[in-house]
Amino acid sequence: MNENRTEVILRAEKLTKHFLTKKKQIVHALNEADLTLYKGETLAVVGESGCGKSTLGRTLIRLLPATSGKVLLNGQDITAMKEKEFRPLRRKMQMVFQDPYASLDPRMNVRDLIAEPLVTWHVTGTAAETNDKVLGLMEKVGLPGEFLTRYPHQFSGGQRQRIGIARAIALDPDILICDEPVSALDVSVQSQILNLLKRLRKEMRLTSIFIGHDLSVIHFIADRVCVMFLGTICEVAPKDELYSRPRHPYTEFLLDAIPQADPHRRTREKKLIKGEVPSPVHLPEGCCFQTRCPYADERCRSEKPALTERDGHSVACFHPLY
Amino acid sequence: MDSPNILEIKDLHTSFFTDSGVVKAVNGVSLNVPRGKITGLVGESGCGKSMTAKSVMGLVRNPGRIESGSILLDGKELVGLPEKELRKLCGDEVSMIFQEPMTSLNPVIRVGRQVEEALRIHGGISSHAEARKMVVEMFQKVGIPEPEERYSAYPHELSGGLRQRVMIAMAMIRNPKLLIADEPTTALDVTVEAQILRLMKQLCEEQGMSVLIITHNMGVVAEICDEVYVMYAGRIVEKASVFSLFDNTAHPYTQGLLASIPGLYDNPEYLHTISGVVPNLKRLPSGCAFHPRCEKAFGRCSEEQPGLYPVEEGHLCSCFLSERQ
Repeated sequence: MNENRTEVILRAEKLTKHFLTKKKQIVHALNEADLTLYKGETLAVVGESGCGKSTLGRTLIRLLPATSGKVLLNGQDITAMKEKEFRPLRRKMQMVFQDPYASLDPRMNVRDLIAEPLVTWHVTGTAAETNDKVLGLMEKVGLPGEFLTRYPHQFSGGQRQRIGIARAIALDPDILICDEPVSALDVSVQSQILNLLKRLRKEMRLTSIFIGHDLSVIHFIADRVCVMFLGTICEVAPKDELYSRPRHPYTEFLLDAIPQADPHRRTREKKLIKGEVPSPVHLPEGCCFQTRCPYADERCRSEKPALTERDGHSVACFHPLY
Repeated sequence: MDSPNILEIKDLHTSFFTDSGVVKAVNGVSLNVPRGKITGLVGESGCGKSMTAKSVMGLVRNPGRIESGSILLDGKELVGLPEKELRKLCGDEVSMIFQEPMTSLNPVIRVGRQVEEALRIHGGISSHAEARKMVVEMFQKVGIPEPEERYSAYPHELSGGLRQRVMIAMAMIRNPKLLIADEPTTALDVTVEAQILRLMKQLCEEQGMSVLIITHNMGVVAEICDEVYVMYAGRIVEKASVFSLFDNTAHPYTQGLLASIPGLYDNPEYLHTISGVVPNLKRLPSGCAFHPRCEKAFGRCSEEQPGLYPVEEGHLCSCFLSERQ
């Protein structure tokens, strides 16, 4: 994978995020998540809608305040910091959003959009300097320089995502969080953006968290994968290990369900998951997956399994498959 | 009756007449849906696949209209039919399910009632008790747990997967000859998608129903389709049985599309990409619409529109490279 495997850049300890509904009910979006991000790696967070993967991404970089638990950035607890203390660190963590249509101000042209972070942080002095830097960034993400004065509506979805990426890398961040960056794109454009992200990661030695739901995309981009269900981390493992030997029953269901672009595999024995996802307002007792798990027993229904590691492969299950 | 196809579309042209020009959304599409089979229509956004389906259902709205072509449903011509007759014919024999079940269900009417409505309008059943019984049975069939209770639920009380099951129940309850499913699983999570695909396949086999499924997902095509049409910029570029399409891919666009999908069994450094973007349908390139993005394009491609050439039995490809074979 990478040589800096041991150098921890970001660590979440029992990170929890609750939201309140209008009726003052607690939504358990993220429950006591323990996660380590190593320098230089791409960690993918995967799960179905509402599993808390975006909440995890946002709470990790303090876009959302944590309800409890800690986030350590290079050993410093950023959840306890005052806003003023934290602000200089914020530029080190940038985000690429899913919807390039919604995340760009329609009244700003490409130059202003990409220059915004540079100006805000006083990275560049003169206007000419800013211009040069913007052009450099555009080249990096594959946008022709003549697009400088165009507006977001004049671009296709893929090009808009390139603008979003240029904004995110403008400040040379240490950590890049990509929240479903290719989910809104067509397949042929999706592959262009995935290649771009992979290339930038290499060139800029970026550490990144890639949030997604498409397991084929994640197989391409990730070094390690974290699987979430109902606000809880079920399994964390190196990519090849997770895809070939999943330990958590939910991961196995997820992998089995992927529609594969190969009609010869359609007859394969598929395990289909039963039932519905429980509500994050009323979490089930014990393991979050017990209501749908074919292996669940008494213990699963009363006790919550902890995330335990063996050979770099962590799983939160009393009856792991391996 | 005599034709092996429930639906035959011939040289269909559907265009939108906008202030800034004519958008040729469907530009000479011919397509057959064989009886009892699942036919896929696959392409990227804006290729005209949904508009082809809407043309069949008479759902093309101003400033769009069907310019020419023929749509035969079970041998009956639909193009040019007065709206009232079209609605009667389509309502009785064709059902359609859409991508986003939340926007196609009425939020203030209980779902059971909504399904029942389909029965009363087109099924000729007027007794509420009888209709209710049929709805509950149908809910059971499409795998809705506790169908009696769900009958009285409102759409917002159901999950996305359950809502799509309600839509399928609504579509299936009149026993249509043809089901048109427009991106039926795109808004759903993978585990739910797998359940819905299995359900559609099972219902198709049990009831001998014919299905036209519109999707952008080659994985979905590979999982459930028998026949596949690939569409690009308003035209069919390739037509084949699902095995022939994947094993013997002929059109450079289809090849590029398949190669762009990240696989689960290989670890490439970079993915294949198709350069450029989908053309603007108001200003289609000359000749083959794909030629500006095609790695294999040569002189003739920009001058002349290729026809559909046979690659092997039942496999057609709209590319000059296939003509030579």
